[in-house]
Amino acid sequence: MWYYALRRILLAVPIALGVSVICFALVYLAPGDPLQSLIPAEAKPEDVEQIRRLYGFDKPVPVQYLIWLKRAVSGDLGVSLQTARPVLLEVMNALSNTIIISAGAVLVAFTLAFVMGTVAAYHIGRPADRFVTSAAVIGVSIPNYWLGIVLVIIFAVKLGVLPATGMGSKGSTSFSLLDWEQAKYAILPMLTMTLVPLGIIMRTTRSAVADALNQDFVEMLRAKGLGPAAVLRHAIRNALPQVLTVMGLQFGYLVGGSILVETIFTWPGTGFLMSKAILTRDVPLLQGAVLILALNFVAINLLVDLVQTAIDPRIKRT
Amino acid sequence: MSNVGIAAAAPEIANNLSRPVVRGYWKSVGHRLRYDYVTLFFLSIILVIALLAVLAPLLAPFDPTKTSMINRMKPIGYRDFMLGTDELGRDMLSRLLWGGRVSLMMGLVPVFLATIIGGFMGVVAGFVGGYVNMAVMRTMDIFYAFPSVLLAIAISGTLGGGTVNGLLALTLVFIPAMCRVAESATTQVRNLDFVEAARASGAGTLSLILHHVLGNVLGPVFIYASSLISVSVLLASGLSFLGLGVEPPTPDWGLMLSTLRSGIYVQPLVCALPGVVIFITSLSFNLVSDGLRRAMDVKA
Repeated sequence: MWYYALRRILLAVPIALGVSVICFALVYLAPGDPLQSLIPAEAKPEDVEQIRRLYGFDKPVPVQYLIWLKRAVSGDLGVSLQTARPVLLEVMNALSNTIIISAGAVLVAFTLAFVMGTVAAYHIGRPADRFVTSAAVIGVSIPNYWLGIVLVIIFAVKLGVLPATGMGSKGSTSFSLLDWEQAKYAILPMLTMTLVPLGIIMRTTRSAVADALNQDFVEMLRAKGLGPAAVLRHAIRNALPQVLTVMGLQFGYLVGGSILVETIFTWPGTGFLMSKAILTRDVPLLQGAVLILALNFVAINLLVDLVQTAIDPRIKRT
Repeated sequence: MSNVGIAAAAPEIANNLSRPVVRGYWKSVGHRLRYDYVTLFFLSIILVIALLAVLAPLLAPFDPTKTSMINRMKPIGYRDFMLGTDELGRDMLSRLLWGGRVSLMMGLVPVFLATIIGGFMGVVAGFVGGYVNMAVMRTMDIFYAFPSVLLAIAISGTLGGGTVNGLLALTLVFIPAMCRVAESATTQVRNLDFVEAARASGAGTLSLILHHVLGNVLGPVFIYASSLISVSVLLASGLSFLGLGVEPPTPDWGLMLSTLRSGIYVQPLVCALPGVVIFITSLSFNLVSDGLRRAMDVKA
């Protein structure tokens, strides 16, 4: 298993490098001179020339990439055109806010989905199963940016019980979920984000538990005289690794794909940051955010694989 | 929305493929579909939506881009405006009808292009194998390292807004997934006895691919592509919502949803309409795809 873990970690390195190549290439995708998109439009010509030499834009592209990579590895992702602050700092500050709502959403989704998926698997083909299956397909079909708006209409406009946007008066400096005055700002974005993972985890749980219930050992347990609850417990233990994997991946998708939900709720996370960067054509900030989120996703994938190997004794990877 | 695991479903679909095509396969598929009322119902909804979009120039009661200062944000059923008006006084019904053209196109075209490009790359990688396979598939792995929303936004965010850039970004997002499905299906078929037999009797590479491999690969590729349409509709309107897709004043469901956000305190019902349409479209594509999968007996 240790050999597998090491191999898996080493395999992530070329992926991470590939990710960095794509992020580097983003600047060249932007219309116009790549350098123009990295510096403010009103920069003086002599400054432009200096930066061109400093960033190595006068050298061939592969060399430029290596220079960029070297700076990126040392934590220098450039400077935001709008705020003139380091990109890394901006993204890292926002990342914790994104993780708060993503983690909350995925935990709520997992709890609900696991219970409902198990119920569906146990009653397969019957009304409870039909209900859960329909709920799952609705969950993955609803545009979550629209759901966000609907939730705002219901809870903020009509009922007036929850705030529509923002992150509370204290902002992101000392956000605490334990303080209700602040926590209530997180509820609607979290709820909006819950839906897709809810649908997907529900589907996975249903099929994993149903598969487990169809195996021979379940027949054996029943023959041995175990009650339904005990049989189900065995089936759940068999299904859990698969469901946890999906949950981990969903967490990664939420952190990387939070842009729409955060834009609606002006929740100051990485998604909102990217949305601002797009509006203001702040290419360094966008590039840095994409790089960090993608690397984060690679890391989550790696972690999910390693955890799965550790908790599922059936996986004998060599 | 896009976390609707493009990645998760890919390899499994192919696993189930290598069955020999027995006579009457399509007949039995048709038979199964005929009694699948849920799928038929949602298929007819898709057809109605498509028809409404195609006939928008004839059906729309007003010019979808004609603004009116006095008729801003009117409720559903106000005078001649059956579904109310938007924040610039434009007729909602006309805009929803016209918007269907752009939104459906943004949903279908990227999937179509990605199926052809990704499918081709996957079949070649799977059939040739060796270094070609490794080069293609490891490159795809890198694109897989991005959550699909992030990749779409990274590409169209740097390219800038516009319909063509949006289509390009979405196509790029779907190519790796299509490539994986096609590759894994091809790899499985490639070494089966009947392909070996055809090779032994002198069939060239091209005719092997065309006559023996393709027929077995198309099924899972088609099913997978159909499941991507719903994702594509959601992603495309998401891009427009962020101002990265269609440019105003062209009506598009995602863009309408975004510009109408200012009106949710005045006419919440009207402002929620474009989302309802997106939801129904995406739900219908999802359920029809599931139905086709069951009927064609390709496992998810």
